[in-house]
Amino acid sequence: MTAAVFFGCAFIAFGPALALYIFTIATEPLRVIFLIIGAFFWLVSLLFSSLFWFMARTITDNKDGPIQKYLLILGVLVSVLIQEMFRFMYYKLLKKASEGLKSINPDETAPSMRLLAYVSGLGFGIMSGVFAFVNTLSDSLGPGTVGIHGDSPQFFLNSGAYPLIEKTRLNKTFMTLVIILLHVFWGIIFFDGCEKKKWSALLVVLLTHLLVSALTFISPHYGINLVSTYIIMVLMGIWAFFVAGGSCRSLKFCLLCQDKDFLLFNQRSR
Amino acid sequence: MLTFMASDSEEEVCDERTSLMSAESPPPRCCQEARQGLEDGENAAQWRSQDSEEDLDDADRYVCSGVPGQPLGLEEELTLKYGAKHVIMLFVPVTLCMIVVVATIKSVRFYTEKNGQLIYTPFTEDTPSVGQRLLNSVLNTLIMISVIVAMTIFLVVLYKYRCYKFIHGWLIMSSLMLLFLFTYIYLGEVLKTYNVAMDYPTLFLTVWNFGAVGMVCIHWKGPLVLQQAYLIMISALMALVFIKYLPEWSAWVILGAISVYDLVAVLCPKGPLRMLVETAQERNEPIFPALIYSSAMVWTVGMAKLDPSSQGALQLPYDPEMEEDSYDSFGEPSYPEVFEPPLPGSPEGELEEEEERGVKLGLGDFIFYSVLVGKAAATGSGDWNTTLACFVAILIGLCLTLLLLAVFKKALPALPISITFGLIFYFSTDNLVRPFMDTLASHQLYI
Repeated sequence: MTAAVFFGCAFIAFGPALALYIFTIATEPLRVIFLIIGAFFWLVSLLFSSLFWFMARTITDNKDGPIQKYLLILGVLVSVLIQEMFRFMYYKLLKKASEGLKSINPDETAPSMRLLAYVSGLGFGIMSGVFAFVNTLSDSLGPGTVGIHGDSPQFFLNSGAYPLIEKTRLNKTFMTLVIILLHVFWGIIFFDGCEKKKWSALLVVLLTHLLVSALTFISPHYGINLVSTYIIMVLMGIWAFFVAGGSCRSLKFCLLCQDKDFLLFNQRSR
Repeated sequence: MLTFMASDSEEEVCDERTSLMSAESPPPRCCQEARQGLEDGENAAQWRSQDSEEDLDDADRYVCSGVPGQPLGLEEELTLKYGAKHVIMLFVPVTLCMIVVVATIKSVRFYTEKNGQLIYTPFTEDTPSVGQRLLNSVLNTLIMISVIVAMTIFLVVLYKYRCYKFIHGWLIMSSLMLLFLFTYIYLGEVLKTYNVAMDYPTLFLTVWNFGAVGMVCIHWKGPLVLQQAYLIMISALMALVFIKYLPEWSAWVILGAISVYDLVAVLCPKGPLRMLVETAQERNEPIFPALIYSSAMVWTVGMAKLDPSSQGALQLPYDPEMEEDSYDSFGEPSYPEVFEPPLPGSPEGELEEEEERGVKLGLGDFIFYSVLVGKAAATGSGDWNTTLACFVAILIGLCLTLLLLAVFKKALPALPISITFGLIFYFSTDNLVRPFMDTLASHQLYI
């Protein structure tokens, strides 16, 4: 049972990211490097967020009670802000790198900003998803319970909490999936907004990120927050598609396999 | 220590469909000229001439060699071609080694049990007071580092006085021990963990075959991939030994001290490793075709200038870490350059050298990276986030080191940056990020 749960949850949460990695990133060394650097930037942003939360907690002397919950909420919101800040910093770094490259080698072309946006978004997403989910995954390989407080399995079976654990795990799985995809779309939209100096796009990305995080506060009503997050993801996906240069026409060509001139990634000739 | 060789004139597919446009290969003549200029020139410069590591700033085939505004010579144009691939050629084995170590640590209980310490770390850490424990770990580190320094100097002296047989014998003995004894122990523990029964004849056959093929591959000739796999395996085995027998605080202090030592030994003018490199370059021979992970083969054709071992053109400074391996005699010689299949169909008599060069990284670097990540996995209170953070930090450090290699174009220590990042991220993730993520997870919040 636990192996099935492990593989099922792992592939639901990380399947699309793995597919995206294998088909678009793994073949080009440079993209792998940019992906890892993106993951690193997200990691550093998480570090700063944890530092902030830790300092806030020590300032309030670690008292228990509602203040901890408010501090946590504040921590989450600050963390979202810091993540977007680091996304901006990564954009600046990539911009400088591209410019440096152009000045040295004017006749060669550098990777386009759109590609870098996608890769950086995927890097952020993968790291974020992994950090959120991998502990749950590894626990699911254990004796069958996600016992955060170390309770015995018997206790869980008797208390009727088992279905809740399963629900929790499933919720985390789907949330991880949607977060990864959202980071990809946010990356594309964000970089495009920076390129075209459309600061409203940046603001919208920040606001939707805050919204998605805030929606998770209303647990345990998993259904609502999950469905609304998925709706947001679909909207972001459509926006990112158009921002990245897609159009209804290209989509039609792609689906009808007439896309010889529109394919971005040449997998095989048609 | 990191070093690498240039690779040249590869056919690249120009793919208009991708948004990442491939550049065309440079005209062969440029390669010729550049190469010949280099071969006429210094040996020391050769390995840095045609390769350069590239990093963040490039597309697949270019390297920002760190000096914008300077007019590009032919050399630098060629160096601009093969950067990201070399970084990945190092990422993959480092990742594989770490995966093997972490998988073993997480599943085989033997390597996390405390069963004594090495004689190199005699002071125990089971003391009641924090100060005493810290003092003991610092003393352990001092002893370990002095043993390493002594062994390195011994090796340099041996090399200077041309006692090659002694060195080769030493390396062969250490690889024998690693490939047979440690593999036997490892296999035994893995079988115990998974409760698989194996009779002694089968065990003997398995270990014998594994060890014998390993010895042949590493010390003599063998397929490159097999050689690389064996080098990764022995690095992992060595790292597991360190993880098991180094007490906790000593391990972290030793990691820090080793990076400092690496920095000093490779960069200071009187550093033992630098002297080793320079001696080898004076004599125009490779230092040891051993204890180095090489990511590519060398093919040479019809080179009148090259000596039979064909090493002259490929002067490679070696990694200081091999000394660590030698000191405790667990080093593996490897002969990446020895395997030279003649390139068929190339015109005879032409002073043309077809080379597929790559990057070389010392096995000691593999070992200490894996020790860091393995310790994070073993002691991070069952937390995978710490392990992953250390892993990403080490990869980024390696990336930065390769970038510096492109900028400075000389042998560089590969440990300091990666280990520093790894240590910073280990301690900060374990103490700051973990409580935050645990609290978030228990409330089902997402950031």
